[in-house]
Amino acid sequence: MERPPEPERVDQPGRVSARPLRGADLLVVAVGGAVGAVLRFLIDSAAPDALFPWPTLGINVAGAFALGALPALAVVRRSHRVAAALGPGVLGGFTTVSAWAGQVRDQAAGGHVGVAGTYLAVTLGAGLLAAAIGRRVAHRREPDGASR
Amino acid sequence: MTALLVAVGAAVGAPLRYVLARLDGGFPTGMLVVNAVGSGLFGLFAALSLDEATWALLGTGLCGGFTSFSSFAVQAVERSPRDATSYVVATTVASIGACAIGWWLGIAMD
Repeated sequence: MERPPEPERVDQPGRVSARPLRGADLLVVAVGGAVGAVLRFLIDSAAPDALFPWPTLGINVAGAFALGALPALAVVRRSHRVAAALGPGVLGGFTTVSAWAGQVRDQAAGGHVGVAGTYLAVTLGAGLLAAAIGRRVAHRREPDGASR
Repeated sequence: MTALLVAVGAAVGAPLRYVLARLDGGFPTGMLVVNAVGSGLFGLFAALSLDEATWALLGTGLCGGFTSFSSFAVQAVERSPRDATSYVVATTVASIGACAIGWWLGIAMD
């Protein structure tokens, strides 16, 4: 496994290992995660049951965009703790890989292999695109695209 | 009441993910393990005939809060095309594979 030196990654929102672990960080991630998960639960509960899990798809794509765009907020750039509360906290708890994997498995096991493949691919395609667009939004004001 | 159980589960899962994601180096191994393990547990819990409250706590809350699609997606687009491809393929195969194995174990246990 290659581990080239990449100091510019320190401020990247997908990466959280740049700082020593602090109890207060864990607390804000726990509270943020609870808020995000309850939001996901409420959206899921409000949506009608369907073979294609639109609510989870929407949640994951919106959450991927929001996490990528998070450094656009000045308060996120200023405070590591606010960044932890909103990123790994709220957006981490809001989005989910486990429900996505469970839905793909259910669809395939139920004989809906085409739906499973489509749902898998659309989640990956739209989610990665949304994350990339979010990052572009956050880095728009940095002409060199470098870290802050 | 159900929403409260979701909150409690996620309040445990999210900080656990935060700690394990610190293992991420050049390649996001920590998040890969988190998403695979969380999906495996999700499959296991889904196969057991849990009541609504227990499912809210363990499935929607704990596993849902533990795993994270947003971190996965942002980590993927932050990396070189080669690392991103490996990471996306590994996460997809490991998460869905673990979920299927978890389900199978759950059916055998239930």
